[in-house]
Amino acid sequence: MSHSSTLEALAAAGIPAPVKPLLTVEGLTRVYGKRIGCADVSFELWPGEVLAIVGESGSGKTTLLNCISSRLTPTCGTVHYRMRDGAISEIYKMTEAERRHLMRTDWGFVHQNPIDGLRMTVSAGANVGERLMAVGNRHYGNIRGAAIEWLARVEIDEDRVDDQPRTFSGGMRQRLQIARNLVTEPRLVFMDEPTGGLDVSVQARLLDLLRGLVSDLGLAVVVVTHDLAVARLLSDRMIVMKEGRVIEAGLTDRVLDDPRAPYTQLLVSSILQV
Amino acid sequence: MNAPDTQTQNLASYNFAYLDEQTKRMIRRAILKGIAIPGYQVPFASREMPMPYGWGTGGVQVTAAIIGRDDVLKVIDQGADDTTNAVSIRAFFAKTAGVATTTSTPDASIIQTRHRIPETPLHAGQVLVYQVPIPEPLRFLEPRETETRKMHALEEYGLMHVKLYEDIARNGRIATTYAYPVKVEGRYVMDPSPTPKFDNPKMHQSEALQLFGAGREKRIYAIPPHTDVVSLDFEDHPFEIQHFDQPCALCGGEQVYLDEVVLDDHGGRMFVCSDTHHCESRRADGHRGALLGDEPGQDKEAMA
Repeated sequence: MSHSSTLEALAAAGIPAPVKPLLTVEGLTRVYGKRIGCADVSFELWPGEVLAIVGESGSGKTTLLNCISSRLTPTCGTVHYRMRDGAISEIYKMTEAERRHLMRTDWGFVHQNPIDGLRMTVSAGANVGERLMAVGNRHYGNIRGAAIEWLARVEIDEDRVDDQPRTFSGGMRQRLQIARNLVTEPRLVFMDEPTGGLDVSVQARLLDLLRGLVSDLGLAVVVVTHDLAVARLLSDRMIVMKEGRVIEAGLTDRVLDDPRAPYTQLLVSSILQV
Repeated sequence: MNAPDTQTQNLASYNFAYLDEQTKRMIRRAILKGIAIPGYQVPFASREMPMPYGWGTGGVQVTAAIIGRDDVLKVIDQGADDTTNAVSIRAFFAKTAGVATTTSTPDASIIQTRHRIPETPLHAGQVLVYQVPIPEPLRFLEPRETETRKMHALEEYGLMHVKLYEDIARNGRIATTYAYPVKVEGRYVMDPSPTPKFDNPKMHQSEALQLFGAGREKRIYAIPPHTDVVSLDFEDHPFEIQHFDQPCALCGGEQVYLDEVVLDDHGGRMFVCSDTHHCESRRADGHRGALLGDEPGQDKEAMA
């Protein structure tokens, strides 16, 4: 049986064809002078998979995230991304125009502090519509319709569409930021402590919402968090970092229930029990 | 070429048209580059001028760099030839370059303008020099110069539409009435200086060369003749210019840009042409508006 007929047989049986990784990170290193931001990090991210990067503050989580998402040029190492047409591109070999286009269409980035990811002086509707306008949408009615639809999906009332995000609460701002990123239906979203700074009930609702969106849209997510509970709720796999290096990686349940590295054991045992 | 002559001898310490020849060459190079890349903001080494920033230092430097002895200069300020700024700049070049000045739009070879384009269509061979306060159309949306330059380089102009979106969301229509952003020759988004959007269509496929000088911001840009200049808009909210309910109160002109003039403190007001030359030449042709008084001489004849 040839390879292609095997694939057809799989498709006929309703089994999805084997996919290639969406994102491949190899030997990614970033140094700040003599200090290490992150060193020799490699992993693969598959379509629809949620990967959590955990570790204490200063462990290089955010440096790693910024290096993967092309916001910070790594010292060495490569990041390959599978584009929508199936071609594999190396992020740092693209032209800047291509990279920026990718960042506002196929990728999303959710900042810890919504002020960094939103335009605080334009309305919620324009915040959500900005990416649509950036890719050439020139019909006001359609843009506004899409904005209202996305606000509804992140549980923001339609009548807030013309309000500026500075009149929003912290949780609403974070939900607005998520809507703004998802409006172009990206395949990959980076999140830096998406629930940081929110109180627990708001955190729980946001996590619920994120879980729903991730499974509905089949998003692949790289989420940086120091909160192991967030990692357990959201992620399929996780990476534990310490002093810029990956010290443990595996399925989230495995890492959290059966931590192997002594540091991970310490991290897991440090969770406050209520 | 520019040896001192009798008219400028009493200003022997000044070169022709105030600026030294090296500076003029530098500005001309910037102008040529601007013409070669329509709508692109060319940085230039703006000089101190004997007037404060905001009074047209950029426009004056551009005019000084292109003016020759045979040129006829017209200067307008909000369409008027007789306001302080216009009179001073006209006098400045009459003194430092000894050139002829005029208030007539068709007779001028160089027209320096602050915030209007004359109503009389410009013809080939004329140069319109704009005084520009803030050349960067993206400035109020993105304060970082490094970022706005990158946005121009990569043609990332989505943000400009965010501003127009906000206008419609707040006011139900595009409420920007001046400094309305345009796209030049399908490439660069440009600020047409704070001219009313009424004048935007006049920039499109103009016969005349249009030069823009921003002195404080040190930028020159240009629109060569016969260049496409398209005002940005949405498909369902197309660009439109201002419309006035009444004709000019002095000359009865329609389809022109009008200024509101308050007459008294009881709410009395009149609307008159902002372009004084246009208004005067229409009156000379016998057009009369509703509030135009009679000439003193005619009054006497009527009484007699």
